[in-house]
Amino acid sequence: MSDAHRPNGNAAHGADAGVPIVRVRGLVTKIGGRTIHDGIDLDLRRGEVLGVVGGSGAGKSVLLRTIVGLMTPAAGTIEVFGEQMARLNDDDRRKLEARWGVLFQDGALFSSLTVAENIDVPLKEQFDLPHHLLVEIAQLKLSLVGLAPETASLHPSELSGGMRKRAGLARARALDPALLFLDEPTAGLDPISAGDFDRLIGDLSASLGLTVFMVTHDLDSLVAICDRIAVLIDKRLKIGTIEELMRDPHPWLQSYFHGPRGRAALDGKVA
Amino acid sequence: MAGGDTFFERREAAGGVMLAARGDWRVESAAELDRELAQVARSPPGSVRIDLAGIGSLDTVGAFLLLRTARSIDASVENVPEGFATLLEHVEKAVEARPLPPRRRHRHFHVGEWLDHLGTQVFRIVGNATELLGFFGRIIVTAARLTTRPSRVRPVALLSQVQRNGWAALPIVGMLAFLIGIVIAYQGADQLAQFGAQIFTVNLLAVSVLRELGCLITAIIVAGRSGSAFTAEIGAMRVNEEVDAMQVLGLDPVEVLVMPRLIGLLIALPLLTFFADFVGIVGGGVMCWIALDITPPVFLDQLHGALNPLTFWLGVIKAPFFAFVIAMVGCHGGLEVERSAESVGHHTTASVVRSIFLILVLDAGFSVLFAKLHV
Repeated sequence: MSDAHRPNGNAAHGADAGVPIVRVRGLVTKIGGRTIHDGIDLDLRRGEVLGVVGGSGAGKSVLLRTIVGLMTPAAGTIEVFGEQMARLNDDDRRKLEARWGVLFQDGALFSSLTVAENIDVPLKEQFDLPHHLLVEIAQLKLSLVGLAPETASLHPSELSGGMRKRAGLARARALDPALLFLDEPTAGLDPISAGDFDRLIGDLSASLGLTVFMVTHDLDSLVAICDRIAVLIDKRLKIGTIEELMRDPHPWLQSYFHGPRGRAALDGKVA
Repeated sequence: MAGGDTFFERREAAGGVMLAARGDWRVESAAELDRELAQVARSPPGSVRIDLAGIGSLDTVGAFLLLRTARSIDASVENVPEGFATLLEHVEKAVEARPLPPRRRHRHFHVGEWLDHLGTQVFRIVGNATELLGFFGRIIVTAARLTTRPSRVRPVALLSQVQRNGWAALPIVGMLAFLIGIVIAYQGADQLAQFGAQIFTVNLLAVSVLRELGCLITAIIVAGRSGSAFTAEIGAMRVNEEVDAMQVLGLDPVEVLVMPRLIGLLIALPLLTFFADFVGIVGGGVMCWIALDITPPVFLDQLHGALNPLTFWLGVIKAPFFAFVIAMVGCHGGLEVERSAESVGHHTTASVVRSIFLILVLDAGFSVLFAKLHV
């Protein structure tokens, strides 16, 4: 693995064109004969936080699952870190998978393992580390996501929803991947925890130079930490900054950004 | 051992040593990095400065190991490349909430610990028994409530339970009962032949199948088949919070989930036992005919003499009690499940073992009782 961490995510806006971290072209997905996506193009630039929004059932999670390889597209190409996913053999694919982390909606922690053991799963799978180091690394990862050291020995069933998400994030970050996929990270959290979680992700992406692909419903998250926003409408993606999308005349976007909740979230942030 | 250093280069400096970092300080090589840094920390050569100017790359684990070592030997970290400054700061903040010392996992074996373990187990078993007794009470209360309002018994759910736990179990119960009949007849004939009393094989067969084996075999199969299903079904609902949802909707889980299964099994198990008795006798009869030349008319005649009406009823009367134990233990296990997949498996195993154990204890109790009653 040659890419060192780039310092700051904001570089994405600038001239740092380079090869996009994720590059999707002409993606078509179908579930049971129903077309979910019809020709999606997407570039995820190094160091940016991309928020993916859309109505319920628009296929936001399906898009995420397709990019990380949990679902097979009907057509189109997906390149991650410059590698075409469909062309990789199993070994290379596993190597590639170690370079990104995924946070599922409810954390998807393994319920029979403690939080620390959950975090150690990818570490044990990839490297041969001594036990005391595994313990220390798990502790480090926990405090990096703002969880108390005592959490390490708890089982997922003993955690609150917000703690489960943080623990899930700690596991997704176990191998220090440069790319993170988050599926509705703030759904189901109270506004204060959601705000804290947004700040956490913002902090991580800024200080570690992470690239983040985030499916969300949360307008506050979009305003607070996303550099660009991708909207799934009519089976296609519209990508732009909040300001650009707000000017878009599409009725869904109009009601999304200019409805009461949208106005409340955007008030004062965007002129 | 300066030659063994791959992650830094030692340079003598005024009043101490400077470690010039090189290579990739990342999680992949954390084990070696940790070893080298620990070696420095064990024998700190005076004051140490760590120079990061030449470092290849750094991730959170590398930064953590660096900071941990720097702290323990009070070294200064210098020339941090611009790209890693925020990362180091970030990790430093996290490390400040100092992690707990590592837990010791491999403890030594002590008699005290063994006693402690034994005590915990005893308390656990007593606790389980008390809980089960409490659950027994809840079932009785619910059943009493249902008798005043029988319309609340859900007939469709009930019939579906009878179908799943009774009708669907017929093939396996029948087959095993048939085999048991054959085994008893064969073994019995072997022994009784020594006295020239083969004909009494029929008596042996009739009494053992009707009084003990028919109902016992059936109950054990049903405990494995239906008891485990009860625990797994209700347990999966617990994992899904469906049971909690039921409760807040004003539905009593015992009434909705447990009673149909319990009543269904109370109907199904005696019928299954009757079926097993019949098939077991047929199996023994076939064996007698083939191996001992006892023709069906002779067999029936001998059977008629060997039996009194009580023999059959003393076996079948146990079935409802067994059914009650299986349903109670199975449903209780399901309701005990916590929100994890492992818990479902654990409780399923436990409830099968417990119900088979309780069935055998009950059966022993019945034997003593019947002996006292001289029946």
